[in-house]
Amino acid sequence: MERLKSIQDLDALRQQIIERRRHIRKRIRVCNGTGCHSQGAERLVDAFNRVLEERGVARDFLVVPTGCNGFCAAGPIVVIEPEEIFYQRVKADQVEAIVERSVLADEVIEELLYVDPTTGEKIVHEYEIPFFAKQERMVFKDTGSNFVRDIGDYISRGGYSALAKVLSGMSPEEVIEEVKMAGLRGRGGGGFPAGVKWESCRRAHGDIKYVMCNADEGDPGAYMDRSLLEGNPHQVLEGMIIGAYAIGAREGYIYVRFEYPMAVKNALWAIEQAKQYGLLGDNILGTSFSLDMHVNRGAGAFICGESTALMASLEGKVGEPRGKHIHTVEKGLWNRPSNLNNVETWANVPLIINNGGAWYASIGTERSKGTKIFSLVGKINNTGLVEVAMGTPLKRIIYDIGGGIPGGRRFKAVQTGGPSGGCVPDRMIDLPVDFEKLKEAGSMMGSGGMIVMDEETCMVDVARYFLNFLVEESCGKCIPCRVGVKRMHELVVGMCEGRAQPGDIEKLEELCYTIRETALCGLGKSAPNPVLSTLKYFRDEYEAHVHEKRCPAKICKPLIRYVIDTDKCTGCGLCRRRCPENAIIGAKKECHCIDEEVCVRCGICIETCKFKAIYIE
Amino acid sequence: MENILQDVDAIIDRWGAKPESLLQIMLDVNHHFNYLPRESIVRIAQCLGMPVSHVYSVATFFKVFSLTPRGRTIVHVCTGTACHVRGAPKLLDRVRQDLGLDPGQTTEDLAITLETVNCVGACASAPVVVVNGETHSEMTPNKMAALVKEIEKQSA
Ligand SMILES: Cc1cc2nc3c(=O)[nH]c(=O)nc-3n(C[C@H](O)[C@H](O)[C@H](O)COP(=O)(O)O)c2cc1C
Repeated sequence: MERLKSIQDLDALRQQIIERRRHIRKRIRVCNGTGCHSQGAERLVDAFNRVLEERGVARDFLVVPTGCNGFCAAGPIVVIEPEEIFYQRVKADQVEAIVERSVLADEVIEELLYVDPTTGEKIVHEYEIPFFAKQERMVFKDTGSNFVRDIGDYISRGGYSALAKVLSGMSPEEVIEEVKMAGLRGRGGGGFPAGVKWESCRRAHGDIKYVMCNADEGDPGAYMDRSLLEGNPHQVLEGMIIGAYAIGAREGYIYVRFEYPMAVKNALWAIEQAKQYGLLGDNILGTSFSLDMHVNRGAGAFICGESTALMASLEGKVGEPRGKHIHTVEKGLWNRPSNLNNVETWANVPLIINNGGAWYASIGTERSKGTKIFSLVGKINNTGLVEVAMGTPLKRIIYDIGGGIPGGRRFKAVQTGGPSGGCVPDRMIDLPVDFEKLKEAGSMMGSGGMIVMDEETCMVDVARYFLNFLVEESCGKCIPCRVGVKRMHELVVGMCEGRAQPGDIEKLEELCYTIRETALCGLGKSAPNPVLSTLKYFRDEYEAHVHEKRCPAKICKPLIRYVIDTDKCTGCGLCRRRCPENAIIGAKKECHCIDEEVCVRCGICIETCKFKAIYIE
Repeated sequence: MENILQDVDAIIDRWGAKPESLLQIMLDVNHHFNYLPRESIVRIAQCLGMPVSHVYSVATFFKVFSLTPRGRTIVHVCTGTACHVRGAPKLLDRVRQDLGLDPGQTTEDLAITLETVNCVGACASAPVVVVNGETHSEMTPNKMAALVKEIEKQSA
């Protein structure tokens, strides 16, 4: 590929690609996002290619391994374009039939269709499924149809046209003005206005400046950054190149956690391609603007998502944060002006440039503009990635898009913001979700994880879970976080294990306020959030643990017993044989019982019993 | 020993002997040997012109690095939030009971290592367990018990 030397070259290339693909009759989209990939999507791609090859029609149809489709609960997913026929849970041995009936012919295979759980109806087209129909996908729109390893696919869809627009007549100040007008706020958690940050970095003194992308995504349960970077890396890259132009940076870094090998690979590969096409490197699109880009892997520390710790780790130091009194836009990486934004923040930029800041600002709420991608996970029917306009009510996300709670159980709370966030209880289900409203509710936006919890989730256990996470992830630099969070953890573990004393809840609260005031960085300052928000809305559960030594959700092992219902037990003996501890006794055909002393409450017997005769007390 | 150092040198050459390559070099060495051999830490420090204590501090700071050899089979129980609320603790207890390992520990014969991971991003199939890179979806205590037996048989 010869480097593109001008904006006209890019336009011509786009026309060429479209022309070259005109003969393709159907596109077969096979989702290769992480969820589908882990269930064997790669085998599907191979199978489709093989079958098309065998039939001698490989030229007429295109198999597209795409980025994450977002509807992970339905994976592995195959969508056939142009009709957009949606097949779910596809297995490799069904590929032959799909090719035969839906690719070569125009039949729809009923068994593979999605069934709407509320109406029981089968739905043929992707755009009709409520999960998609009720979203407002902008940033994540193309990921599920993007041919990940083909920059041509991105370009044919109008990719890099925002960069072309910027380089063909916008001054850096105009670019910044547009992003400011859009009201784009950082998607990595803090919600700081991106345009303002860019402006400070542009104005900062220094010849060498850096743009950086935060793809550390340490929040357990969030995977939108990963899916964007894996599935549509050029969109992120285009945003960064535009940002670098606006700031005056000549070098950029993408910091990806090593646990995301596919994101690392795809980012590296996208950079390589962009360089070949003259969209990165020296004299981008024939202009005087040049930019170099690197990918660095993080080594699995939550704190390295924090801006100053991230930069320390890039320099080859231990990933400890520093106080924020010196801003990274002035003295960041190697003490030079550095502008760090989150993956999703960068992915918004091309949209803003293409459609204008005013258009962008018309979406969302007064102070939170645009859309947000959430990862809807936990006790929810439609697990997946969901993009909605800021201000969308929680109810719409959980019920209309998410399809509600499995097993007809009751919705209890949703946890947002990861280890720095908190829980929003069921009675606030109408809350419009944006930066401000989540904060008012005692939680925060964070990176966009939404973990849904039902009546069988213990809120004290959830607090214990996050504290345990934070104890492990605290870098140890400041005492409030290193020691304080540990003490909090001990107190909450005590509650879960029935050792709590009266007054422990108050002690816990006092620790929360002290740590919030005194910790060095965002990790410590926000560490009390998971406890404070559960205390605020579910204090009764804490009290039950402390005063009655009872776990209302029946989760905390030391506070529960497994019991056999004498009316239901048939004495079949299955649980007795399966029990790894030999804790179940009873003669054949007679009611069994569990030796509480020996039982470790592992759950095998409940899962095994065909008569639902074992319950928790 | 000679071999180890040769491999370490090759990795250092790939990234260049500068301080900012430290983490990338260590990641590759850790991946290559499945842990960070003592000699490699000393060598990296020498080549990059930094105190051994600095390399050691980075090695102990990040969760991914291991200073002791790890097993041929690595069992990763995902303890992300989605997996947690869908029952990951029960899976972890199961492996603990059956193999007598705590997270981070390896069986004496270097066959199996148990580790936890904060989120593998496969939340739709939660809870998940990853064994040598292969993901096992929607695990239950029963399935876990069977999987442990399978692993023990294979690595025996
Ligand atoms: C403990 C901690 C962890 C963080 N983890 C992440 C992360 O994983 N990804 C991210 O983009 N931002 C993370 N942040 C926020 C970053 O410090 C920074 O604000 C952000 O990357 C800036 O980009 P944005 O303005 O586009 O959001 C974290 C902050 C703290 C305090």
